[in-house]
Amino acid sequence: MITANPAPEAGTEARTGSTPVRAPRRRKKRQLLPYLLLLPVVVAELLIHIVPMFIGVGMSFLGLTQFFIRNWTKAPGAGLDNYRFVLQFDEASGKALLHSFWTTIQFTVIVLALSWALAMAAAVWTQHAFRGRGLVRTIFLIPYALPVFASVITWSFMLQRDNGMVNHVLVDQLHLTDERPFWLIGDHSFWALIVVEVWRLWPFAFLALTAGMSSIPAEQYEAAAIDGAGVLRSVRFVTLPNLRSVNQVLLLVLFLWTFNEFTVPYTFFGKSAPEQADLISMHIYQNSFVTWNFGTGSAMSVLLLLFLLAVTAVYLLLTRKKDVDA
Amino acid sequence: MRLKRITSAVAVSLVAASLAGCGSNDDSSGSGSGSAEDVTLTYWASNQGTSLANDEEVLKPQLDAFTAQTGIKVDVEVVPWSDLLNRILAATASGEGPDVLNIGNTWSASLQATGALTPFDDATMAQIGGADRFLAGSLAATGAEGQPPTAVPLYSLAYGLYYNKKMFAEAGITEPPSSWEELVEDGKKLTTPDHWGMSIEGGSVSENIHNVFVFSEQQGGSFFDDGGKPTFDTPENVAGIKQYLDLVQEDKITNPSNAEYANGTEALADFASGKSAMVMWQAAAGSLDQLGMDAADIGVAPIPAPTGAEDVASIVAGINLAVFDSTDHKQQALDFVKFMTSTPTQISLNKTYGSLPAVQEAYTDPAFQTEAVETFKGILDDKAVPMPAVAEESQFETLVGTAVKNMLAQAASGTVVTEQAISEQLDAAQQQLGG
Repeated sequence: MITANPAPEAGTEARTGSTPVRAPRRRKKRQLLPYLLLLPVVVAELLIHIVPMFIGVGMSFLGLTQFFIRNWTKAPGAGLDNYRFVLQFDEASGKALLHSFWTTIQFTVIVLALSWALAMAAAVWTQHAFRGRGLVRTIFLIPYALPVFASVITWSFMLQRDNGMVNHVLVDQLHLTDERPFWLIGDHSFWALIVVEVWRLWPFAFLALTAGMSSIPAEQYEAAAIDGAGVLRSVRFVTLPNLRSVNQVLLLVLFLWTFNEFTVPYTFFGKSAPEQADLISMHIYQNSFVTWNFGTGSAMSVLLLLFLLAVTAVYLLLTRKKDVDA
Repeated sequence: MRLKRITSAVAVSLVAASLAGCGSNDDSSGSGSGSAEDVTLTYWASNQGTSLANDEEVLKPQLDAFTAQTGIKVDVEVVPWSDLLNRILAATASGEGPDVLNIGNTWSASLQATGALTPFDDATMAQIGGADRFLAGSLAATGAEGQPPTAVPLYSLAYGLYYNKKMFAEAGITEPPSSWEELVEDGKKLTTPDHWGMSIEGGSVSENIHNVFVFSEQQGGSFFDDGGKPTFDTPENVAGIKQYLDLVQEDKITNPSNAEYANGTEALADFASGKSAMVMWQAAAGSLDQLGMDAADIGVAPIPAPTGAEDVASIVAGINLAVFDSTDHKQQALDFVKFMTSTPTQISLNKTYGSLPAVQEAYTDPAFQTEAVETFKGILDDKAVPMPAVAEESQFETLVGTAVKNMLAQAASGTVVTEQAISEQLDAAQQQLGG
């Protein structure tokens, strides 16, 4: 939703900019048409996004448990109780939420850094034509094309302690450790989840960066080469500056996706994730659907929404300033 | 002007749409008012067979027989366990649900509290043949005490200790263990480089909670007091959980890798393939046969209690049948419940699924006079306790089951979980119950 905003705005600006010049007299009539055309989108947007969002916010102020899901209107008002309960950081539930929040932040930062670095390296490598480039690009995109469920389940099989391929290679063939490590539970589960998430996510970043790079004029690289720039210098002074706007959007999208990631941990761990890899979306799921406490689940969701809105706003503000400077 | 009119039209239609979405359960489900002949009931069946398709195959002849008897058609949908509770909750919230449905019997009290299911008061119960027909233990697990149940038992199940007779004989053990201490001792003898004494589904929240609940009952513990208030952190509950964790951390008769078994079949598969000598499981004859285990090697006994403890061997497990309260065809739905709990249907379905009939009369059939069935019926009659019949039952299962899963993971990776640590985890789980 947030990321989709810039495009339609740019479109309407262009259109309204041209109409008054052509027919100033029939301005009123003409102005109606764009709104009429927008109407279906507005209605759909209201029904699909805005209304459920407000219902969600409303729910967070209700004591909505299984006693009342049949008739929401009878649920007692809870005021700020749900929020108070969620934010009691000296109590077990608040501590668990805070822990989950920190885990998610660490997870997001690491996944973002690894995915972007991997995608950037791969995109630079395949930027200039060579034999078999199409094949390499296709192979890189495979994880993105596979259905999430099938690929993540395969990962979880590979990471099983006794029969998994990973331990077979590490322990039986390479003899790196004597003790078979656990990957799906305990401390390692956090890193196992990161590997799977990066594997899922980086092809998208690769795709976006490759598309961005294809629009950089070849002359700039030629000029850089004439000035004696090597690969690293031309990446730094030609590629990266040209990719600024792509990166701005890409990092934001990757951030939002990773922070909200649900499908991957849910498929990977099942209904309850190990403490060490308890991402916030899983945590909220457990607190609303599994324990039937929709009020507190909604309160957590609203807090999460506010946090993501704040991060997005600050990020856009900071990056926009740089655009003006440049 | 026109814009204004359009916006108001939009507003009106939006309001109309949202009203329609909220409150209409009187027209769209079913075929409206008509004679019994053109009534079609929607039935959500749980997954009891080896696959969803298998369930449809098993149910079809029964449903056809029902249609032939009454003229009422039944549209069956087999819902996988992973979706069933969410689907029921969604149906409850919208009022648009099936006419008749299966529920896991541990959800009974929680679903009863929603008010979405038709209560079986005395008059309703009489319509389906009376309460006396059912196994008393199974009927007790259909809702909170003192309220009319909102479901009736359909398939009854209990936990038993499955043991590999061949391995037991090879280790020189002639009898299944009669106390928990004996079980641990046997388990140690049976733990060799080739196999382990016992396998458990240690990553599964529901298996974990069922096991520790039984162990805590053996110790005389309870997770809720008589007033329905949670009492998680008691010495008895701690002891029960410790007994379970010790399989991995102290007795070492369970492979630590079992802590990551979460899909609900792996521990049983280990037992069937000879990687473990014992497993605690609900009626598993059908699955073990499918996994290729020789029937002659399979023995079943009640799960033993520690010496001097209460002789509890299982929870009252099973599947219940309920009528959705917003159905337009209550009478026909009750007819269907009567049919599904009738003796011939009970015999046929439970025989196929390997579960126990929920009605007394069905046990006269020779199919239910085997040693295994008698063991399970004995467990259900005398040694089984229902899960707490409180509205917070689902939360309790999730919170404590997850805590046990995490503690088991810790034990599996070599850190001993002390009684102190268990007590803290239980305390934290109870705090999360409020809110």
